Amino acid sequence: MPLNIRFRKFFAKNSQFGFTRRAVDNVIGVTGELLMTAGVFVLLFLGWHVWYNDIISGIAQDNAGAALTEEWNTVPITVPEFDRSEGTSSGVANSPEPPVTRSGAAGERFATMLVPRFGATFERAIAGGIDPETVLNDRSAGIGHYSQTDDLGEIGNFAVAGHRTTYGAPFGNIAELRVGDRLYIETNAGWYVYRFRNLEYVWPNNTSVLKRVPESSAKAKGRILTLTSCHPKLSSAERIIAYSVFETFVPRDRGAPAEVAAIKAAG
Amino acid sequence: MYAALWRILPGARWIKIIQIVVLAGVILSVAVEWVFPWVAATFIQPETSVEP
Repeated sequence: MPLNIRFRKFFAKNSQFGFTRRAVDNVIGVTGELLMTAGVFVLLFLGWHVWYNDIISGIAQDNAGAALTEEWNTVPITVPEFDRSEGTSSGVANSPEPPVTRSGAAGERFATMLVPRFGATFERAIAGGIDPETVLNDRSAGIGHYSQTDDLGEIGNFAVAGHRTTYGAPFGNIAELRVGDRLYIETNAGWYVYRFRNLEYVWPNNTSVLKRVPESSAKAKGRILTLTSCHPKLSSAERIIAYSVFETFVPRDRGAPAEVAAIKAAG
Repeated sequence: MYAALWRILPGARWIKIIQIVVLAGVILSVAVEWVFPWVAATFIQPETSVEP
């Protein structure tokens, strides 16, 4: 028996409710319309969350990153003192000791990340801290530096977090990285160049990926870049971790590396 | 509910249609601008960081 007929019979039998047939039909009709409206809004919300806001935020973050580095080109270069002699203590030829760039205060943008594998125009700002509201979800940033990890250029681990889906998804292509892919971090001093080494999948509470030598208590000798994001996509069940190894530092006055210049030109 | 809305709106059929389109636009932009971000941040914040 259809639900509304059943309701009608129920209210007809229990006349103490004092409802007319019409009132009952109205209540059922309005309830149905409200439920359908709610359903439409849930679908609209999902579309907004997974696509619309993701795409809009991604474009905004790329533009904000490019604008930030544009500023650095107009102000006088403030390259901190560093040893430019080649083949220094890092043991890698043509790899000068990089200057140290202090990480920003919470929410303060101090660098950008450019990764050709993440897109032809991929340039996202890195801010201090991993606060969702002011850094990870923000349309002017997107990538957050774990403030307890080392600074850029220091021996140790420079670890950052970013969304893999939604809110511009800076690390949406993290699983597409190939061994040897270059990741560039730009500051007002120049470009820190890293090369991707490997991925790791861990539980959300595995903070040992942030150690100076990830997953180890060995004494740090090299410089590691660690990216953390969620896994699987659209879930918070696990974390995907991408490790990269420092290759070299290119001071701003020597001009942008070719891959960086290509991203700037495309953006 | 929607039948009542249709009855309440003044004017000819096409004027009513314009009013409904404008109303839907206003409701949608309020949702996109304020309601959806709040819902997302409050209920389904995806976690990207490792924390103890």
